Parts: sequence; C-alpha cells; structure tokens
Amino acid sequence: MSIELHQVSKEFGGVAAVRGVSFRVNDGELVALLGPSGGGKTTVLRMIAGLEAPTAGDIYIRGQRVNDLSVQKRNIGFVFQNYALFGSMTVLKNIAFGLKIKRWGRRRRAERVAELLELLDLCGLENRYPHQLSGGQRQRVAIARALAPQPSVLLLDEPFGAVDAKIRQELREWLVRLHSQLNVTTLFVTHDQEEAMEVAHRIIIFSTGRLEQMGPPREVYDQPANEFVARFIGVMNVFESEVRGGVARAGELEFPAPGRPDGDRLRLGFRPYAVQISADPAAYRYPAILRHAFFLGVVMRLELEMPSGLAVRARITKEEYTQLGLAEDAPVSFQIRQFRVFSRDDAAPAAETAVS
Amino acid sequence: MSRTIPIHLDSAGRGPGPAAAGSPAVRRMLIGLALGFAAVFLVLPLANVLVKALGKGVSYYQTTLSDPDMRAAIRLTLAVAVITVPLNLVFGLAAAWAIGKHSFRGKSLLITLIDLPFSVSPVVAGLVLVVLFGAQGYLGPWLDRHDIRIIFNLPGIVMATVFVTVPFIARELIPLMQASGNEQEEAALTLGASGWRTFWHVTLPSVRWGLLYGVILCNARAMGEFGAVSVVSGHIAGLTDTLPLQVEKLYHEYNQTGAFAAASLLAMLALVTLGFKALLEWRIRRRYERGQRAAPSGRMEAGA
Repeated sequence: MSIELHQVSKEFGGVAAVRGVSFRVNDGELVALLGPSGGGKTTVLRMIAGLEAPTAGDIYIRGQRVNDLSVQKRNIGFVFQNYALFGSMTVLKNIAFGLKIKRWGRRRRAERVAELLELLDLCGLENRYPHQLSGGQRQRVAIARALAPQPSVLLLDEPFGAVDAKIRQELREWLVRLHSQLNVTTLFVTHDQEEAMEVAHRIIIFSTGRLEQMGPPREVYDQPANEFVARFIGVMNVFESEVRGGVARAGELEFPAPGRPDGDRLRLGFRPYAVQISADPAAYRYPAILRHAFFLGVVMRLELEMPSGLAVRARITKEEYTQLGLAEDAPVSFQIRQFRVFSRDDAAPAAETAVS
Repeated sequence: MSRTIPIHLDSAGRGPGPAAAGSPAVRRMLIGLALGFAAVFLVLPLANVLVKALGKGVSYYQTTLSDPDMRAAIRLTLAVAVITVPLNLVFGLAAAWAIGKHSFRGKSLLITLIDLPFSVSPVVAGLVLVVLFGAQGYLGPWLDRHDIRIIFNLPGIVMATVFVTVPFIARELIPLMQASGNEQEEAALTLGASGWRTFWHVTLPSVRWGLLYGVILCNARAMGEFGAVSVVSGHIAGLTDTLPLQVEKLYHEYNQTGAFAAASLLAMLALVTLGFKALLEWRIRRRYERGQRAAPSGRMEAGA
C-alpha cells in the first residue's frame, strides 16, 4: 500500500522538527529514510504511524487521507528502535497480541503465530520472556509482532541500531529477504548510509527536518543534489577554491572553470575513488606524500599530503595498492579524474566534470 | 602480612587509608555493630512484646483478645485498612501513571504534594481534619445540620489514614512508570489496542511487583497509624478505638498484659508484612537471575 506525504510539517513547542516534506512510497517498495540523528526522520515515521500529529500538511495511506485516523485504525506495523517488546509477556503472547486485539479466532491465531515463528526463525523460543533473548532475537520478535496482524505498511525506526555489527548484517539480509517474500510496503529509518544503500530500493535523505533528495541508491551517490547529500552518501573531498583566469585553485589543486569571472569562489568536491595514484612521483600532475594507508577490508583508504600541507583522501582496492607498489611515507603523484562544483546556496550542482 | 596485599590492590593504589575499611577485622566489627544495633532496638522489643503479652498465660491472652472492646478495635482496624488501601491503590496508580507517562502543568507540584504526608507530622494531619470537619470547624455546622459525623467516626479515621498513607503506593510506582517509558504502550496502540486495554495489559503488568510492594507497605502503615487517627478518633471504647489506640489506652489503664496482647497483634502483622515483602523480593530476584541465566544460551542460538 502506498504512503504519501504532502507538505508535512511538525513543530514541537515552536521548534520546527520537520519542514514541508513531500514524498511518495509506492506499493510494495522498500525505502530508507536516511539522515543524521536529530534530523526529523523518526518524527516523520511517527506521524505516518499516527503517534504524532502533523502541525501542517496531509498524510495518505493507500490514497486515503489519514490525518484524522487514530493510530489503532491505521493498520500499520511499527518496529521501535528499542523493540518495545511487552516485558511481561512471552514471545508467543507478544506476537499474538495484535491478533487478539483484532479478534482473530484461536485456531487462526495459532496458525499465524506458528507461521511467523517459522518465518523469523524463532521456533523454540515461544515461551521465553524478552529479557531472556539476545538483541537479534528481540529484534526479530518485534518484527514478527508488527507483521502478525498483516499491516498494510511496515515502519521501522533504526531497526538495526541496537545490535552488534555481525547481527546487524544478518538482520539486514533478513529484512531484504522478508520484504521480497511478503512484499509489504516498508519504510525504515537509519543514520547509516551503508545500510540504506544496501537494503533500500530508494533512499530519502533528510537533514534538519528537510528532504534533501530522494532516489535510488545509485542515483543519490552519482548525482547528489547538493553538498550535504554528497558528503553524507559516501566520502567526498571538498575544497574551497578561487577562480583566476578560468581556473579554480585550491592550494596546488587546479580545476578548469571556463567562463567564471576572476575572484569567484567555488566549492569543489571529488570522490576518493576519482583519485588516480602512482608510486612514480612524476607520473601525474600533483606530487604528494602518502601519509597513511588504512586497510578497510576490500579497499584501502589513503591519506595524501601535498607540499602545501593540503590533505587529499583516496580509495583504491588492496590489489591495486600492491600492484602499484605503494608504501606509507613514500612520495607519490596523483591526478583527479572527475570533480563536481557545489554552488554556494546548496542548489543542485552542475553535473560532474571529467578532467582529461 | 600477605592478607593485606589484595586489599591494597583493591583500592587501586589509593594507599592504606581507605583500604583499612575493607580489612577483615573492621568489616567484622561493622557487621557486628549493625547486627547488635538491630538486635537491641528491633528484635529485643519485639520479643519483649510477646513475652509480656503471654506473661499471664495463654488463656489470659485469649480472654484479653476476646474482650468486646478489643474485638471492636480489631474490626475497626481491618475496616480502615480495607477502605484505605484500595483508595490509595487507585490514587497511586493514577498519579504515578500521570507523572510517569505524561507531561502536564503542575506535575512537579503534584509530586511535592504526594510527598507532603512524609514531611508533615501525622498529628498535624489529624488536626487539619478537626479544623475542617469538627463541631467547631469550618464545615462543622453544615455537617451537623445534615446529620453527618466525620470526626470521632469512621470517615474521619479513614480520611486521616488515607492522608498519612498516600505516598506509599504512588512513590513506589512513579520511578517504575518513568523508567519503562512510553514505547511499550505505543507499540500496543500501533497494534490496535485501545488506551484502556493498553493500560490493563501492558502498563499494569509491567509495574505489578512494585504495586504489590506498595500495597503491602501501605497496608502496614494503615493498620499501624497512631498520631493522625488519635486526633480524630475521640477514643470511644468499642466504637472508634483502633488497635494502636487500644494499646495506648490499656497501657494507661495499667493493664500491661492487655496492652501487650494488642501490641502483639500489631507486631505479628508487621512480621507477616515483612514476610510477604521478603517473599516478594526473593521472587523478583529469582525471576531476574533466571533471565540472566537464560540470556547467554539464547545468544548462542542466535549465532547457530
């Protein structure tokens, strides 16, 4: 079932938490609400659920305006950040709670609970109390409980925030698998861009109560709408530069800026992957020292220091690193393959420019 | 010498000064002091009460307790408790729920008011009732005209007791309600439960042990209250004397055995209350420990 927000705002005691947000989540989609903490994502989720009333704007679920519909009647499944399992009920009773409220018969209830226990791999834990479960198990019980009454939409608030890295990865895979099986419209809040990229069909990026950009992971990465998005989705080198004679300069770095008047100040950015590097100090245009090389698994994060002290971050695969014969504190040279200009007012930047 | 070494390590190099508090001799002395104090001031008087009460034999004890005035005092004490505890139960739950789960104007005022009976002498509470409802009080003439008697009657005694016991349940529940937050309730709402149902099935079960604990303490105090009740009771034998008042009265009438017999009832009540309390604490602890034990095995299953 689709979710649609139209110019939704929310104020808490005169402080705007959400400002004029509009977006649409299509039927069966899996969408991430991504942004730094305190950006209003959770408030948006709570307004869709009906736990919070918008100060202005309309919310539609399945095309029906739900502003005046109580939480109980919205038929949504909500998974809370800290699970909010009923501490005095067993796993079984937690999952069956919504079904009992909706007056499902005993037999149907038992069938549905068994189905969910199976689906979420919770068999054997029926009679445990929440405090007897691990974090990952609690999270799956919370999801099972939310899914039991067959909600039209599933809302998850930081669903993987409170578990350790390994379980987090497992749960992500769970969510994707679950979604492809059940195909329930799902919206989840996260501050982890990697998580959003991995799990979601589309990402909605939020900062300070405003919607910055909405699009598929690839699109927000390759075509960020502004500097905030560019820096939040992945890493970016950003420099302040000044134009002189059609060239924008930031320290030793020079970028073509044809048609720009002298004295114009530009913010420029480039991804660490756009840095091409060589162990031969004369191979490329810019000389530098490789200060640090951090091993991150498949890729290496490199910190280059230019003679003026300007620091540039680069990323290459560890195979490349070995092939190129790079070493820490050794002189190198590099060039920048492509960069992007951010306008001062954070409006949509120009398309990426390739440097030949 | 070797025994002092671990103590120095325990105190994280702070030197022998603070570490001395942990030395076995000092520890034994402190424990002995605490136990000795408890024995002299708590156990000895209690034992003495029983000895004195049974001083003239078991049959005399039984006769004393079957005296009509004594019977009336026991009945009145039970009646007061039976009325007071449910009143405070409802008030305590409502107040703790409002304070713990909601924010509203005058919240801190309400918290202060709940603490008031702890900070005011019970005698003052009794006097306030007399000033309000007594024959010479503000509402006295009106009550007299309508033939309603509050002072020197059960309603006055109940009101005085309710006032004194207000904090017991509310104070026990407020921190629990605050600690559990709103998420479980919100989860119930998103699953379609009404506010009422959420309260009964989610909020109340989550505080049930604290509630029971509060009820036990409230009941003990309701039966044992002396000061406030003494002011409003009027000491009418067989009518408005509660057990604590009966104890005092018999004592002043030089009926020591009778006084101690009544006191022994109150003391036994206290013991039963303490027993319940200990049982409750033991059950809660066991529940918690069982949870602690089960959690690691749960984690193993998650990894499998």
